Amino acid sequence: MSADTYSLKVNGTDRQVTESLPGESLLRVLRERLGFHGSKNACEEGECGSCTVVVNGQTVCSCLVLAESVTGYEITTIEGVADDDGLSDVQQAFIDTGAVQCGFCTPGLVMSVGALLDSVPDPDELAVREAISGNLCRCTGYGRIIEAVSQTVDGRRDDGSRS
Amino acid sequence: MTGTRVARRTGTAPRIGESARRPDGVPKATGSFSFSSDLRHDRMLWGGTLRSPHPSARIRSVQIGEAVAVTGVHAVLLSDDVPGQKVFGLEHRDQPVLAGDVVRYEGEPIAIVAADHPEAVRTALRAIVVDYEVLTPVVDPMTVEETESIHPDGNLIRRIHLRHGSQDVVGDVQVEGTYEVAMQDQAFLGPESGMAVPADDGSIDLYVATQWLHSDRDQVADCMGLDPEKVRLTLAGVGGAFGAREDLSLHVHLCMLAQHTGRPVKMVYSREESFHGHVHRHPAQMWYRHHADRDGTLVRVEARLILDGGAYASSSSAVIANATCFAAGPYRVPSAEINGAAVRTNNPPCGAMRGFGAVQTCFAHEAQMDRLAKALGMDPVELRLHNALVPGDKLLTGQTITGTAPVAEVIRTCAEHPSAAAIATDPLELPGGTGRTADPGHVVRGEALALGFKNLMFSEGFDDSSEASCRLLDGVATITSACAEVGQGFVTVVQQIVREVLGVDEVVLLQASTADVGSAGSTSASRQTWMSGGAVQEACGQVRVQLLERLATQCGVDTDDLVLADGQIVSLSGGLEVDLAVATEEPVEASVVFRHAPTWPLDEHGQGSAHVAFAFSAHRAIVDVDTELGLVKVVELTTSQDVGRVLNPMQVVGQLEGGAAQGVGLAVMEEVLVTDGRIRNASFTDYLVPTALDMPPVEIAALIEQAEPGAPFGAKGIGEAPAISSTAAVAAAIRNATGLNLPRVPVRPVDIVFPEGAT
Repeated sequence: MSADTYSLKVNGTDRQVTESLPGESLLRVLRERLGFHGSKNACEEGECGSCTVVVNGQTVCSCLVLAESVTGYEITTIEGVADDDGLSDVQQAFIDTGAVQCGFCTPGLVMSVGALLDSVPDPDELAVREAISGNLCRCTGYGRIIEAVSQTVDGRRDDGSRS
Repeated sequence: MTGTRVARRTGTAPRIGESARRPDGVPKATGSFSFSSDLRHDRMLWGGTLRSPHPSARIRSVQIGEAVAVTGVHAVLLSDDVPGQKVFGLEHRDQPVLAGDVVRYEGEPIAIVAADHPEAVRTALRAIVVDYEVLTPVVDPMTVEETESIHPDGNLIRRIHLRHGSQDVVGDVQVEGTYEVAMQDQAFLGPESGMAVPADDGSIDLYVATQWLHSDRDQVADCMGLDPEKVRLTLAGVGGAFGAREDLSLHVHLCMLAQHTGRPVKMVYSREESFHGHVHRHPAQMWYRHHADRDGTLVRVEARLILDGGAYASSSSAVIANATCFAAGPYRVPSAEINGAAVRTNNPPCGAMRGFGAVQTCFAHEAQMDRLAKALGMDPVELRLHNALVPGDKLLTGQTITGTAPVAEVIRTCAEHPSAAAIATDPLELPGGTGRTADPGHVVRGEALALGFKNLMFSEGFDDSSEASCRLLDGVATITSACAEVGQGFVTVVQQIVREVLGVDEVVLLQASTADVGSAGSTSASRQTWMSGGAVQEACGQVRVQLLERLATQCGVDTDDLVLADGQIVSLSGGLEVDLAVATEEPVEASVVFRHAPTWPLDEHGQGSAHVAFAFSAHRAIVDVDTELGLVKVVELTTSQDVGRVLNPMQVVGQLEGGAAQGVGLAVMEEVLVTDGRIRNASFTDYLVPTALDMPPVEIAALIEQAEPGAPFGAKGIGEAPAISSTAAVAAAIRNATGLNLPRVPVRPVDIVFPEGAT
């Protein structure tokens, strides 16, 4: 049942994937073979966004990506977004504003929000809602998540005006 | 004892009334939080379940030989392998752990497999050969009582024929209507999952995402033929619940496989399997007739309610009690006849979901109130205010409301709150999202208000107590409780309660487990802040008293002279000042079992003081409707809620917004489509839950704070009310926009474009 060994670059480090089965999704490989459990498995068919990771700058549902097809790409998971002091500003805002309840959607949302703000520093609310519309959250009704994005934007603006 | 240690300044961590952050927020935001699907063990096997493709069939034979022969398979188990009681159930043990000679719903488990790898599990499941004699499923809840029984316990799960007041009352004005609520899924994101680990002495540890560890433990122990202390359940990280984890799912299966193989076994349901693996919100068929005087005073309500319980009882008998008791809404109704029944069919089993019977009837009674207002030529808000319950009024059950009931305040604040809803300009904001609205000229706006209420805690004499203990050592409080944290924020509130009572900063809440403490009851019925919060508050209060008494004895002062605050114990008369950490170098401990005020069963006429307390809420919805395509955009939701007292403003807002989202879902998109007993949309591709684009901002007009007697800090449970009146408000706003009857939720495009009858 074993296939070739291949390498994935996850959060800046090359990692060997051994004994993989043909057709395994990036989500499966991240969770079951490489030990990155932060990417979640709510639907495994690309609808809920809980498995969102960034591949070469693009957010993708890792459940829909063939793992072996992204060898040589830069893969960033939730485990790779934190600053040196432990939390990214997006993560901190999620905690501060009450955007985390059960938390199952949170890693995927943190990835989507981070990618949005990297490309659009000051999105309006509609743009935020559009950008996270691929991430289902069943607990919050999205209100606190919108607030978390707003707080992050404000924080970055303040940092920018100070520097 | 001397106060030689330097006192650390304490008392700065958030207490009651402050927006404390979740203690599990950091691991959840960084992805390091361990959910039940993340469990690992070096020696673990993977488990899987074979499910019936038929809603009704007799099983002639099951052949497992080829499955057992699959490389890597360690066990293939059937009904005969269940070591103890063959059936389980939350209230009635009527559901087979594994189907033996008959299957009663599509997706009923028949066989379970453990293997080295998930792929081997799947291969083995495919290799099991079941010979079915397929039967015609019984699927119509309206005729099921005249149909041959599909279960030894019969097709009627429970009927309540409630009669209240004089039965010959006739109103000057009468309105009548028939209403329908479809089946809703809880759609929590974290799939059913867990791991069972066998021990050498024959006992088993089960790590699982659940709402009620001790109820699960008792059922699992019975099915495993083990003493309860031989089965230890520990809460694994829960990715949402909303009622769907109140019943057993994979619990016994995991324990059977672990015991049989002697290895840890893990199981994770797929999303499709999850749709078959847990109960749903009951579909409801409801007929109503309201009677009123010409001034709008309600004089009588008649209703017939049928809830489709599906194949097994689950909590149907309590759900129909709620639907019946609260059938008329939070209004003064001196005369009523409500005939409620929960019946058995070959449809998917139904049970608990947020709102628990009150959601279905709220949709109907609020439609009736609007219809009555129209017949009377009265403003619908005025009609509601005119009939609103006040403390001292009687419910349909004859029970007098002794606690708070700020119904009029809830209505008034919600109705009077200014709207911020602008007219949409961006296509993304129009019904259906970008590019789907045919013509903005066909978009009409509507607005309406709805009111709902529900009981808090379990009812009808059920003693749903909660045990908790507090141990104060070196100034750190350690709390033990089996309360299931499912995302609602008990872990946050418990810290606030402990800090408030004991003046400490550092609070450790141990992982919930049946091994360490007695039952906390279920995380449902909006009850844990009151019940387990109450238990923690009492335990901490006892610790405080014991500590002050001990110190008073040691120091030769009067106990009343001592005050504990902000990490210090000081004497009012001066001269004594002891750091709490020093005073608790020897631990102080207390354990309590907290009980709410007793309730009583309903009598043969559905009368009795069956409930503890109530929470009330109002929602006002503004919607835009594309009448040509039948698409709806919910533009704004405004809410007021009766909360008793706010313990954590941020978490209260989160509950109100999240509950409203589930209500919006039921109003316009969420339906488990069932045809001839088969679920047609068991995926998030086809079962739609609101996204950030579907969900409007939720404006909180008011949190009505009237301290509830008997509740810790006066706080009422707040989790369910937001999911009750929101659906009714959205549906009413679509009626207001279109002029259509819309007697069914979710409101589908076809209901708007091709209505069965316009008003």
